[in-house]
Amino acid sequence: MAGSDPTILDQAAQWLKDGRQVALATVIETWGSAPQPVGSQLAIDANGNFIGSVSGGCVEGAVVTEALDIITSGKPKTLAFGVADETAWKVGLACGGKIRVYVEPLAA
Amino acid sequence: MKPEIFEQIMDARAQRTPVALVTALDTGAQRVVARDHAADDILAQVLADAFRFDRSGVHKVPEGEFFVHIHNPPLRLIIIGAVHIAQAVIPIARAAGYDIVVIDPRGAFATGERFPDIALHAEWPDEVLPKLGLDQRTAMLALTHDPKIDDPSLHLALKSKVFYIGALGSKKTQGTRAERLAAAGFPAADIARIYGPIGLDIGAQGAPEIAISIMAELTRVLRLGS
Repeated sequence: MAGSDPTILDQAAQWLKDGRQVALATVIETWGSAPQPVGSQLAIDANGNFIGSVSGGCVEGAVVTEALDIITSGKPKTLAFGVADETAWKVGLACGGKIRVYVEPLAA
Repeated sequence: MKPEIFEQIMDARAQRTPVALVTALDTGAQRVVARDHAADDILAQVLADAFRFDRSGVHKVPEGEFFVHIHNPPLRLIIIGAVHIAQAVIPIARAAGYDIVVIDPRGAFATGERFPDIALHAEWPDEVLPKLGLDQRTAMLALTHDPKIDDPSLHLALKSKVFYIGALGSKKTQGTRAERLAAAGFPAADIARIYGPIGLDIGAQGAPEIAISIMAELTRVLRLGS
């Protein structure tokens, strides 16, 4: 299913309906042994609640932090994580893959 | 993502319409492209393959860098015939992510005891199928061996865009079936869409192995196109 898990969008839609601010993170490219395929998604609300996965746990923390900024700024951003990248080690993507994640404010 | 873009995606999912969300990564501009209109898009060739192989990804073209996110409806398998082979197919199809529908007008076959937790219709296929809608993410198996039940199902499948049609029966059975379909007005190219004898030739013996051969053939057609 191209990595898509439809229940994430359903949850995001429900959050929007509840009046919560939401950001959506989507894996757009992977290299090597990235744990989640392209299309995988993570929905994040302004309180840092999240559902879904972009990396099987490796970089979710960093993505959530960025998502909170993006909810505030309203501007989408492409994040890159990889073993060659200093930050990737810090956030724990030591699983040997590289990923690019597109993070955008949802329905704003 | 603008509210109207998000709504278009959610509506497409509810209506089982395949769409792609195309995002220009440099500007953040987004558009939703329906599979039926993909040929008119600047990324037509990319979209055609992405829909067919259910493959999202980033594409660099002279116009910029785009992320194509395929939102295909869930795969669905419609099984005509609440028979023994259907029982063997269901667990494999379910594990592969298919929503499953079983149709058989014979009440003795179509029982909840034989098919627990399945969308089961003890009705004639030509009554049920139009209500379900046969689309590009749907496959059909005709397993009853009974032309009264299988043929009307095949008529509807051949008039639709279902990605796979399989029919149980020997080469001889397929031959007589093809003659009936030709007599009903279907051109040879349409009749050739039916895979029969059903399944890859892996020497399958017994229902579980036949189920594997059916699901292997269906997967090949889904992923490779034939």
